[in-house]
Amino acid sequence: MAKKTMNRHEMPIGSIIKDPGCSMQYETGGWRNLKPVHDNKKCTNCLLCWIYCPDGCIKVKDGKIAEFDLKYCKGCGICAEECPDKVKAIQMVEDKK
Amino acid sequence: MTGNNAVSEAMRQINPDVVAAYPITPQTEAVEEFAEFVANGLVKTQYVPVESEHSSMSACIGSSAAGARTMTATSSAGFALMWEMLPIAAGLRTPVIMYVANRSLSAPLNIHCGHDDTMGGRDSGWIQIYSENAQEMYDNLIQAVRIGEDMDIRLPVMVSMDGFITTHSVERVDLLDDEAVRKFVGEFKAINSLLDVDNPVTIGACALQDYYTEHKRQHSEAIINSKAKILEVAEEFAKMSGRKYGLFESYKLDDAEYALVIINSAAGVAKMVVNELRAKGVKVGLLKPRIFRPFPAEEIKNALKHLKAIAVMDRVDAFGAGGTPTFTEVRSAMYGLPKQPLMINYIYGIGGRDIRLEDINKVFQKLFDVAKAGKVDKVFDYLTVRE
Repeated sequence: MAKKTMNRHEMPIGSIIKDPGCSMQYETGGWRNLKPVHDNKKCTNCLLCWIYCPDGCIKVKDGKIAEFDLKYCKGCGICAEECPDKVKAIQMVEDKK
Repeated sequence: MTGNNAVSEAMRQINPDVVAAYPITPQTEAVEEFAEFVANGLVKTQYVPVESEHSSMSACIGSSAAGARTMTATSSAGFALMWEMLPIAAGLRTPVIMYVANRSLSAPLNIHCGHDDTMGGRDSGWIQIYSENAQEMYDNLIQAVRIGEDMDIRLPVMVSMDGFITTHSVERVDLLDDEAVRKFVGEFKAINSLLDVDNPVTIGACALQDYYTEHKRQHSEAIINSKAKILEVAEEFAKMSGRKYGLFESYKLDDAEYALVIINSAAGVAKMVVNELRAKGVKVGLLKPRIFRPFPAEEIKNALKHLKAIAVMDRVDAFGAGGTPTFTEVRSAMYGLPKQPLMINYIYGIGGRDIRLEDINKVFQKLFDVAKAGKVDKVFDYLTVRE
């Protein structure tokens, strides 16, 4: 969401957004109740979570899980669900903001 | 020529970049003739033969947003099918120009005149212009281009006339020179064109609780302010054509005691009755709204405030409302005057039923009775109905 809300005189006419790609600025992570906590030691880097994350929040570097981007993660828990039963490297915990 | 001929001639002279239209009685002749102009190379227009009116208005919005002067035409059920897209055209501030042949809505199925279509769309955010005859339709359509495309307005405009009564009657129409019309309408100026790849924009995005209100307020301001521009355009048009237009026409109103408010072709019949009664020394007059959106409430109040009694007549029912669309607008405009004229409301001529001199005469007789009694016994009534 844009940081400063414009008044009607500052807005372009016709419901137009002059700054395309502005959904980047809309940090949907604010909707989150649960957040994923990743255990490096348990992780086998199978990358199933990376494939399944609907928001592309899991960053991979050199074939390994590098980071969970919490700016856009809505805490849906799909990553934890898809992590194989034998591994269970991701725990969803309450996100106290 | 017929009213529809006058429309296609105006469209030929305006030479829009894009026309996306679907035929529907009684508008068909106009777009059919225009399609011939396209086929014969008389205009440079890209003609899009769409599969429905929902598609025609959608295509028009896209084309106008891309930066093209865009026109379309419809009537009745076609207008109804466009409905979803009408507030979108207005909200996106795409100055699409639309001709509407006023026709009743079903059921029962009826192809003849009624103001059901445009009156149903009166709050869709478009500017609305009504025309008594083919000449006014021609003149209004040309002016509509300048009004809608004005940089301070940027709103779609619908211009209508009565289905069959005006669309299919042959009458004399004075046409302007092609060159004069071309100069008058000028070049289309795009704002935030979708084709401007160096300056990309997002059109039709979502605006929720945080921004929706400001967008609507902005839109509302534009249509309120368009009143002054409409008069400026009319003045410039008068210089070119010699034909003068205002927000409404006042016919023998200045010293009148009784008057009718009536839109489109029936105003012509009413003027004859006014003339007959004037010849007998009765002070009667008529007000014919031209611009219904924005509604010129203040100006109409000033034009009518000295009257004893007024009848507002609409060619459309409003099913359980506090009166028909024009009546509720006019009565609301008159509210707050220290001395209010007595007001009554009639529905007439729906489904194309003829309105005759004696019918209008009856309304005036009713007004005389109301004024004599000093009160209104029945605010709302049908004029010609078998009870």
